[in-house]
Amino acid sequence: MIDHALSVGKYAAFIWPAYGASAVGFAWMIVDTLARARRWRRKADSLEKHKES
Amino acid sequence: MSVVMVLLRRELSLAWARGGGALLAVGFFVAAAVMLPLSLGPTPARLAGVSSGVTWVVLSLASLLSLDRMFERDFEDGALDLLALGPLPLEIVSAIKCFAQWTVSGAPLALAAPVVAIGLGARMTVAPMIFAAAALGGLAFAFLGGTGAALALASRRGGVLIAVVVLPLLTPPVIFGGAAIANFNEGLPWVGALSLLAAYALGCVALTPFAMAGACRNAQS
Amino acid sequence: MFAALANPARFMAFSRWAAPILGVLGAGLVGYGLWLGLNAPPDYQQGETVKIMFIHVPAAWVSMMAYACLGGASFFSLVFRHALADAAARAVAPLGAIFTGIALVTGMLWGRPMWGAWWVWGDARLVSVLVLFLLFLGYMALRASIDDEAKGARAAEILALVGLINLPIIKYSVEWWNTLHQGESVMRAGGSALAPVYLTPLLLTGAGYSLAFGALWLARIRAEVWRRRATSLALRAALA
Repeated sequence: MIDHALSVGKYAAFIWPAYGASAVGFAWMIVDTLARARRWRRKADSLEKHKES
Repeated sequence: MSVVMVLLRRELSLAWARGGGALLAVGFFVAAAVMLPLSLGPTPARLAGVSSGVTWVVLSLASLLSLDRMFERDFEDGALDLLALGPLPLEIVSAIKCFAQWTVSGAPLALAAPVVAIGLGARMTVAPMIFAAAALGGLAFAFLGGTGAALALASRRGGVLIAVVVLPLLTPPVIFGGAAIANFNEGLPWVGALSLLAAYALGCVALTPFAMAGACRNAQS
Repeated sequence: MFAALANPARFMAFSRWAAPILGVLGAGLVGYGLWLGLNAPPDYQQGETVKIMFIHVPAAWVSMMAYACLGGASFFSLVFRHALADAAARAVAPLGAIFTGIALVTGMLWGRPMWGAWWVWGDARLVSVLVLFLLFLGYMALRASIDDEAKGARAAEILALVGLINLPIIKYSVEWWNTLHQGESVMRAGGSALAPVYLTPLLLTGAGYSLAFGALWLARIRAEVWRRRATSLALRAALA
């Protein structure tokens, strides 16, 4: 099944870069979004603690 | 009415003085057009094929040139605050500014456009069509460009920012005007394209003043 | 739903669960759709290149959706002066730009084997996606160039609304322009009805892309809410 799905004939040179580009786009969006959320959450939390102490 | 006339006269004289006014826009237009044969080669047949299209696109770029001082000058010296307090709503003030911009830079460009196109090898007969499209399209360029100029007021960068913001919005008038010229050139029906251009330009005149007024108030706040 | 979510605390409680759930659902749908799609037989006209469709067309759909979300959020922010709506508008722009970029790159990679050219100006949809990309860039450029956050937000909202009104006209004008030059246009993809073997995976990946977009959007809004909280806390600490 996997072999069948992955064999795309002579157009592989166009099909896999297209899938690769999409994967890179998604990976960038996921990593950037999570990193941003994490960074600002930490910053907000530490400032909050700082305020309380 | 007289308030409108006073303001219009002020805006016209300012627009005329602003960075050379018409001279700057037309100068850029002609200079950029001269670059075309220098880069494509002097073959008349090749030039003739692209002459009217190139004229049209360089014209749309030239109309973006003198936009950055349109609101900025009044914003910096406080005149915009006075205008906001004055008898006319900012929407009308913005519309008058754009109309002045069109008179001072759009109209001379429209006059220069047929000359440039013919110089590049377009046929004599297209001249009226290029003039009409440039005059109508210039209206849309001035009002959309004014919107970009007003939006850029709050930023420290004018020129290029305005072009980046405004250029994608110019897609419809560039398409309609270009199609009107090309169809006229090939003897195809052109009334539809020109009407679409006119409708788009009028839509801009009617709607963009609200965006400009909002942007000015935002920058002043 | 909008009124309930307009409360930031309630939004944070909701999105804390909604974002991961949407993300997992979206990934599952995309995975299943791609599995079906990659196992589909080659199209009699397009051959194996039809497999690019399952990732290209959903990206184009989502990029249009993202601009509609940008316009909608800007409208809410402008009319109701709601901070969360502005955070949503700010959060969606980069996502929209990336989805548009994916649509453009995959479109070019689809076009080369199918039409023999990387870029075909005769395809109206490709051209309007390109203009959409430029609109996103203009929005982000304007927003980034204004130092004052409140002013930048308002100016960007106005631009987003101008763009939203313009977008249907742009789409119409590009399609109209395309019919003028029909002689030069190379293809009419999707003109005929799509066979179920292709339609099912396409709809699955389309739904998956949309859910994934929703998850990313929610997560980015959360990040933006924290960023604002951190900035205001830092400001308060500096003033104290």
